[in-house]
Amino acid sequence: MIKTERIKTDILIIGGGTSGCYAALTISENSNASVLICEKAHIKRSGCLAAGVNALNAYIPEGRTPQDYVDYAKHDADNIVREDLLLTMSERLNSVTARLEQLGLVILKDKDGKYVTRGNRNIKINGENIKPILADAVANLKNVTVLNRVNIIDYIVKNNRIHGAFGIGVENGIFYVIESAAVIIATGGASGLYKPNNPGFSRHKMWYSPFNTGAGYAMGIRAGAEMTTFEMRFIALRCKDTIAPTGTLAQGVGAKQINSHGDVYESKYGITTSERVYGTVNENREGRGPCYLRTVGITPEQDESLLKAYLNMAPSQTIKWIESDKLPSQQNVEIEGTEPYIVGGHTASGYWVDTKRATTISGLFAAGDVAGGCPQKYVTGALAEGEIAALSAVEFISRNQESDDIDEKEIDEKRTEIEKFLTKNNSRFTTEQLEEAMQTVMDSYAGGIKTNYGYTEKQLDIAIDRIKQLEILANELSANDFQELMYIYELRERLTVCRSVIAHLKARKETRWHSFAENLDYSAKDNENFLKFVNSRYENGEIRIIFRELTKGGEIYEHSDK
Amino acid sequence: MSIAINKSKCIGCGRCSVVCPGSLIKLGEDKKAYIKYPKDCWGCTSCVKECPVYAIRFYLGADIGGSGNLVHTEKNGDILSWIFERTDGEIRKIDIDQRESNKY
Repeated sequence: MIKTERIKTDILIIGGGTSGCYAALTISENSNASVLICEKAHIKRSGCLAAGVNALNAYIPEGRTPQDYVDYAKHDADNIVREDLLLTMSERLNSVTARLEQLGLVILKDKDGKYVTRGNRNIKINGENIKPILADAVANLKNVTVLNRVNIIDYIVKNNRIHGAFGIGVENGIFYVIESAAVIIATGGASGLYKPNNPGFSRHKMWYSPFNTGAGYAMGIRAGAEMTTFEMRFIALRCKDTIAPTGTLAQGVGAKQINSHGDVYESKYGITTSERVYGTVNENREGRGPCYLRTVGITPEQDESLLKAYLNMAPSQTIKWIESDKLPSQQNVEIEGTEPYIVGGHTASGYWVDTKRATTISGLFAAGDVAGGCPQKYVTGALAEGEIAALSAVEFISRNQESDDIDEKEIDEKRTEIEKFLTKNNSRFTTEQLEEAMQTVMDSYAGGIKTNYGYTEKQLDIAIDRIKQLEILANELSANDFQELMYIYELRERLTVCRSVIAHLKARKETRWHSFAENLDYSAKDNENFLKFVNSRYENGEIRIIFRELTKGGEIYEHSDK
Repeated sequence: MSIAINKSKCIGCGRCSVVCPGSLIKLGEDKKAYIKYPKDCWGCTSCVKECPVYAIRFYLGADIGGSGNLVHTEKNGDILSWIFERTDGEIRKIDIDQRESNKY
């Protein structure tokens, strides 16, 4: 039998990335509550900021207001956003930025000591060490314990109230039963659902962490939490092959998107995030590919700065420039769309939360990539949500200290489930083979790169059948060690998220965002019927769709039917 | 994307294995680090920056245009140096002062 360890804490934070670390900082500044962070890897470089980031993309510069940011995000998502969530986030962007600077982040300033802005929302930083800065700050907190290499696999929920979570030590093989009065879910988005651009040796790329499997979404779905907008997939427009970000080229040196004829095509399609992707797909489809960011003609000083900027966030792009002997001033940078991701930091997928970032499960709060309805968060938005969720959790435990004992039977059942995977099963397949099968299904039938991101209802029906079949096969897998066991749980998480994505794509019978949700049966936007949220709950093994009205400016949504 | 670990330089301190966000690097029976899951590497270079004896090199996979050039970092105070070893033997160095912000 595997060794079991029971831990009690006031607040459990699942995921030691950007928002999880900031939540811990906030709790410790506002209460004496004990905090436990469970991190699947090691918090020094875990999460999407491992290699760094070279700008803060969500900041309110002088002369602009938080409402301007709300309006921008609302426009980019063509109205499907929660304005109350965007506003509560935007109001905190500048204070969390100031705190980051205080913790040691280098931010570019002019001679008057003001931050230098890049466009209307961005400021320039040296963010290579942004994650170690956050991790160091957490390490110095008295009431905060960090358990590295503990993979949380499920919540403990009774009568829609959270009581903690189950985890597995990836290295020590311990089965953790963690009891807590409140939980903050701060795991990342979901990558690896669809077949990647380069499915072989270089299948994973910087920024869309391969280790973000959608665990936070999957646990919420299984526990019956209401989820939102999984059909607003995120497809990143990136430098070809390295999948390095393009913002530094587009906004930093003003590079325009051009096709192989040298024509600037963005004005033809529009400049929202999804339109930029769609334009590139369409130029290729119509025989004007490949597409580029026009960098030829920039100065040698700009070349040198770009080499450094990319080393501070996506080093492979700099290596590519140096290997090829062609700097951006000499050769335009080819661009392409990635495979679709589900990531609430960019688009609006995630838990359906109120302005306190409370989910529909009592005592469970969500921040960052897993919190839905609030796109364009980037780093500072994730910090802001970590702060809000932390303050809400502190307030919650001051009112709800009593907690039921955890059902021993539930613990035994979870232990039995884990031990079953650790004994030799008769599975004909490996975890990797089933993961590949999942990515192939999603690529072919749920709008992957293969179909230029488009799908039909008939294809989605095939996808759902195939994913359900893979869920059954995944239950029969076996693991030789605890890392392999983690891979089985990660596959199951991704399959759960796929189920939700397919159900949501099917429910939105329109095409509001090209590429992100390209419904070929309903290729036009339908404002009459779909200016609303597509939400869902998992009930009796099926995803049940719930439509909800948009909140308007000035309105605040609160959960009423918990 | 992946890394190459020079076994003769590796001192078996395990720091790369601890920091890896994917838990991909392990210590072998010979107490030397090796990458157990090279296909899961996403090129964050955390291990490269962590290695105290500069035994780890990062390189691009051939599938994304890599031709075998190696890169590692060395840290001196606030200066993070990126050192590129090209296949033609040329060494190129880019120094980044971590007190200075990106300009673009």
